Amino acid sequence: MTKFISIEGIARRYPGKSAGDTTTIFEDLWLSLDRGEFGCIIGHSGCGKTTVLNILAGLDAPSEGAVIVDGKEVVGTSLDRAVIFQSHALLPWRTVLGNVSFAVKSKWPSWSSAKIAEHARKFIELVGLAGSEHKRPSELSGGMKQRVGIARALSITPKMLLMDEPFSALDALTRGTLQDEVRRICLETGQTSFMITHDVDEAIFLADKIFLMTNGPGAVLAEIIQNPLPKERSRIDLHKHPHYYPVRNHIVDFLVTRSRTFLTTNPAHDTRDVPVISPGQPGQAPDEDEGPAIRLVANARS
Amino acid sequence: MTASLNVRAVLLSAVILIVFLACWHFATRGTGVAATMDPEYAKLMGGQVTQGASAMPGPLEVGKQLWKHLANPFYDNGPNDKGLGIQLAYSIGRVLLGYSLAVIVAIPLGFIIGMSPLISRAVDPFIQVLKPISPLAWMPLALYTIKDSATSAIFVIFICAIWPMLINTAFGVASVRKEWVNVARTLEVGPIRRAFTVILPAAAPTILTGMRISIGIAWLVIVAAEMLVGGTGIGYFVWNEWNNLSITNVIIAILMIGVIGMIFDQILGRATRLVTFPE
Repeated sequence: MTKFISIEGIARRYPGKSAGDTTTIFEDLWLSLDRGEFGCIIGHSGCGKTTVLNILAGLDAPSEGAVIVDGKEVVGTSLDRAVIFQSHALLPWRTVLGNVSFAVKSKWPSWSSAKIAEHARKFIELVGLAGSEHKRPSELSGGMKQRVGIARALSITPKMLLMDEPFSALDALTRGTLQDEVRRICLETGQTSFMITHDVDEAIFLADKIFLMTNGPGAVLAEIIQNPLPKERSRIDLHKHPHYYPVRNHIVDFLVTRSRTFLTTNPAHDTRDVPVISPGQPGQAPDEDEGPAIRLVANARS
Repeated sequence: MTASLNVRAVLLSAVILIVFLACWHFATRGTGVAATMDPEYAKLMGGQVTQGASAMPGPLEVGKQLWKHLANPFYDNGPNDKGLGIQLAYSIGRVLLGYSLAVIVAIPLGFIIGMSPLISRAVDPFIQVLKPISPLAWMPLALYTIKDSATSAIFVIFICAIWPMLINTAFGVASVRKEWVNVARTLEVGPIRRAFTVILPAAAPTILTGMRISIGIAWLVIVAAEMLVGGTGIGYFVWNEWNNLSITNVIIAILMIGVIGMIFDQILGRATRLVTFPE
């Protein structure tokens, strides 16, 4: 089966302090995503998550390896891949409509301004901002700004949506609502999405595949979690699902201890053939057998 | 509360002005008869000796003279007797011409310097050396090469106005937020459109601040340049009236220079506010 996104052995190195000395952020990263899938990278700061996303976006280039999207190697940026930035990155001198129209005009330069505005309005409505088209970003709350960022990214109807911790600057309530909306939009449009997050629950709720990275420098992809939760999950009763705690505990355990020790305890780790696990399913990693009650205690301690 | 603050500020300004005018008036008024002398001789001597008046004109005298100038600002009675309006118009014309040339050169050049770290580093030493040169130091060189005093004055304005605009434009362009540039990059916005729709609006407040500093310097320099070059302009007027020993006219010229400078500054201040965006 051909993969829609295929990251093939990429590494990113920066020149070190002395000549000939290099710092490797991450190494030999192989991962792939099917069309319509939602992928999430989790890892500590410094493991190169943002760099991976920037490489996917074409804003950065890998030192080794290549990224193939839809059968073509990624060279530079493309209107096929939209980015939702952590800090929303709206142009403050433009209105909501102006910001979205800016993206629409970039994609379809020949459209009339009426058609551009109409198209932009459709997406402003999609993220629930109808009526705020003529406000400037400074007049919007953090959540509304990020909605504009989402509308801008979606308005160019990208083949792929890249999100760099899009909700980390928002308060918990706003974050929850926006997660719901992003999930709804992604499911409705069958959008292939790739997201970076620090938030374990966000990853479990949104992602089909969760990629766990070890600590940098010299980070590698340690495990891929195939999310065992059903596709029709809702944020409200997510935690009641029998597979929820096994997955959550597995990720938290990984982040707390194993992300640090993974490479020493697994010297035979093959970065090209990363184990795909699905905690909670029979015959998987041992930690799910302990049951949710015990793990809850462990979780609280961590 | 802000309204009352404004009212109080205006009142205080008025009080300061009145106190200043009063001090000026009492410091320069005559002290009555200072010396007794033959009336024929006294007529020749003037008020300083006969009434003990100060050589410095008082505010009433300056006010009267100012009124005369304002009532008829554009008369022209030959090279050494032109209305204040004509002299100011010459100076403003020179400043605007030199300043416009500086804008045309400095902003595109600053854009290039700001966009390219290589060019920025390469030209930095030249800018650092050229920037602190007093604009008037260029005057002999300008007179020698251009061989025309009027054009030389404009050149001096150009050379003094260019640096703040160049440096601010380069700085503003170089410090446009990376995320905005990245937005443009991910949207595959071409370089020309990126320059006009992202970088220019983002750097506009810094560029306008540079332009505001420049117009201030240009207006400072034109007075000195016209004193050197002569012929017309408010700087020449000041020097000419000094040679006429008309301190009243010198004071009036100083006042007008201040007022015009303030108007220039206010116009650019408004323009800066127009392009400033809240974040």
